[in-house]
Amino acid sequence: MSDIRNTAPDGEKYEPHVSATSTDAIGLAAGGSAGPLPGEDKSYSQGQLVARRFFRHKAALGSMIVLGLIIVVAFTSIGIGPIPGWWPKGYTLQYDKIGDGAPTWAYPFGQDTGGKDYFALVMRGTQFSLIIAFSVGIISTIVGTLIGAVAGFYRGWLEAILMRLTDVFIVIPLLVVAAVLGKTASGWGIWGLALVLGLVTWTSLARLVRGEVLSLRERDFVLAAQAVGTSPWRIITRHVLPNSVGVIIVSATLAIASAILLETSLSYLGFGVQAPDTSLGTLIDEYQAAFATRPWLFWWPGMLILTIALCVNFIGDGLRDAFDPRQNRNKD
Amino acid sequence: MLKFILRRIGASALVLLGASLLMFFLTINSGDPLKDLRESNVQNKQQLMDQRSALLRLDDSPWERYWDWLSGVGGCFTGNCDLGVTINGVDVLGLTQQAATSTLRLITVATLLAIVVGIALGILTAIRQYSGFDYSITFSAFLFFSLPVFWAATLLKEFAAIQYNNWIAVGQYAPWTIVIVAILAGFLLQAVLGGTTRRRLITAAATFAFVTVMLFVFNALDWWRNPMFGIAGVLVVSAAAGVLVAALVVGLRNRRALYAALTTAVVGTVAYVAFAPMLVNDPSWLLLAVLFVVAIVVSVAIGAAWGGYARKQVMLVTGITGLITSIMVVADILIAHWASFLSIKSRPISTIGSQTPNFTGGFWEQVLDMGTQILLPTILLTLVSVATHSRYTRSSMLETLNQDYVRTARSKGLSEREVIVKHAFRNALIPITTIVAFDFAALIGGAVITEQVFGWKGMGALFQDGLNAVDPAPVMAFFLVTGVAAVLMNLVADIAYAALDPRIRR
Repeated sequence: MSDIRNTAPDGEKYEPHVSATSTDAIGLAAGGSAGPLPGEDKSYSQGQLVARRFFRHKAALGSMIVLGLIIVVAFTSIGIGPIPGWWPKGYTLQYDKIGDGAPTWAYPFGQDTGGKDYFALVMRGTQFSLIIAFSVGIISTIVGTLIGAVAGFYRGWLEAILMRLTDVFIVIPLLVVAAVLGKTASGWGIWGLALVLGLVTWTSLARLVRGEVLSLRERDFVLAAQAVGTSPWRIITRHVLPNSVGVIIVSATLAIASAILLETSLSYLGFGVQAPDTSLGTLIDEYQAAFATRPWLFWWPGMLILTIALCVNFIGDGLRDAFDPRQNRNKD
Repeated sequence: MLKFILRRIGASALVLLGASLLMFFLTINSGDPLKDLRESNVQNKQQLMDQRSALLRLDDSPWERYWDWLSGVGGCFTGNCDLGVTINGVDVLGLTQQAATSTLRLITVATLLAIVVGIALGILTAIRQYSGFDYSITFSAFLFFSLPVFWAATLLKEFAAIQYNNWIAVGQYAPWTIVIVAILAGFLLQAVLGGTTRRRLITAAATFAFVTVMLFVFNALDWWRNPMFGIAGVLVVSAAAGVLVAALVVGLRNRRALYAALTTAVVGTVAYVAFAPMLVNDPSWLLLAVLFVVAIVVSVAIGAAWGGYARKQVMLVTGITGLITSIMVVADILIAHWASFLSIKSRPISTIGSQTPNFTGGFWEQVLDMGTQILLPTILLTLVSVATHSRYTRSSMLETLNQDYVRTARSKGLSEREVIVKHAFRNALIPITTIVAFDFAALIGGAVITEQVFGWKGMGALFQDGLNAVDPAPVMAFFLVTGVAAVLMNLVADIAYAALDPRIRR
């Protein structure tokens, strides 16, 4: 790397944390080269560098656009709560069926068995699934970062508890403990579900952050901060966490992708979102028997889950490349 | 080493205990076990509620109930297991025994397949980094990783099973299908093998010609409905596999390894001829298991006899060759029974259940029946795990391929095979073992969903029904079986880890 000057944050030599990023998530470069172009002499901040590398990752950029479109359409078409959207039909009203309800111009996603507009229903499910997925991602990221940072920084009993909890999740599959908690929270609406799912999905991020913090706390700038009497909390928030922001952001993205799959799977099994709320998983559960006669009732929600999860995974991959360009060096 | 293993077992037992406590309390607090009775209008409602309260011991403290369950499980060590009764008074132990066999079969097959295929794909993509092959595998991995399992299962049922059943009734490929399959095969193989443009073209053309001719011959023989393989086929395939394994593990320059592998294949085939009457006429699982163990022991012994200076590695080669030969033998017998199986079950892949109820066939037909029933769930579970494994293997391989010791190995003139197999792959395996053990829990979660879609009466159903009724006994039985399986899997991974990385052995 000829441009160590550009990639060095806060005067520290930037060392991407290999073990944490490359072995703990599913992928790395799907394409795109990284690092500033040769011959450029301009200096960039760390954020600018990351953004430049991210926007050069075509799959990630494309996924960002697709996901943005899905989010915008899902929330503007049928509106949120009392705010009406631009789509003229509602998800509760039953309309006269055109033929057997196959997709037409008036009903682009078709109609369900009772004549409801399936586009509105699917958009409502997408809204709920997206809200849950993003809330779970945010909650698990906050909890995981906090616990990981505290455990890695203070060591001791907190770290012991954290490691034992991780072991517990090797023994109890995530889906199983999520199903039990999902059933407990079934009466609390989607926010309750998002909360309990967030409370069980933080362990992998906590492990990653702990690993980062364990190596960062031995570095000279942390020792220097301690020597001048900086409080531990300030060291964590000002010195340690900003240096592991790459791992946290990538992991948060992937957490959203797995959250959407977890939530839809639970809803499909009947332990997730409960009526009258709906989600893409409950839609598939509700209409899977109709697959032979009305395949569109089955295709749309599944394709949406797949597209959303795929887009988020690609964005996570692009972010990983952007934060950790070393992964791409064999291309040189 | 023994101390290390014992310490791991002790730690795992403690974790299992803690997890069981967590699971028990979460389950009994997940809802109201009397809900359905409260809402019903039967006359003796109060009496039924009292009955159920007594059965589930709802009036006792949770700790007492947990202790009760735990001591019942503890009885398993002394031979009188007691996993409690369900909300309807059925003994959970019997239910679990039925359910566990099909589920563990599914999980084991899927795990093994996922490890083999995932690691192989990971290595190939790492070696051919940034090739078209790499990009397509990467994209597929992302796709499978983002796939909602329950949705894909329904698609697989609809398209793979039903279409195949329709097709096998005739069992002939249309000419244009053959051409497309051959083109795809040629394209894939040249992408994997790589090389100069000329070499790629030759590979693709040869594969295309071979596949086309083979498929037309199969059509003419009506092979798909009356397949046969024969002893010659077993010999040729296992000998070829032996050569390949020898070439990969020690290289063909070591003639002893090559001869040892070929000896294993020949001995295996001769043994097959000798044992064939017994295997076909009087088969049982016990016989198969005994013969399998004997086969592996004999293969390793052949390796030890031939071994020479690289004895350990040659033993590995012959061991793997023996394994492949055994698989080929079983495959040959199964293939020979396919026609009779089709005459009993004309639509071979049905989409419900782990085996056909009231199936009347011999031992081998029953194996085929289980095989066709397990096929779709396994494909599904394997796809998701393969996606994870191949990605991790790829990044881990790339990591080690960039290390200085690999450059040293290259610069001192080692062949590419030696560099990749001995220096890069062995070290890349270290992080992969951890991932495989972690992924096992995810696989169990996937199995719960898959079983639901394919209507298996397995552990998943036990868990779901139990949880729906807020009935701790079946849920805890599910936890016990899957938890012990996960702990064992972890232990295997730990041992593999210690074997691969001497720094771990303390």
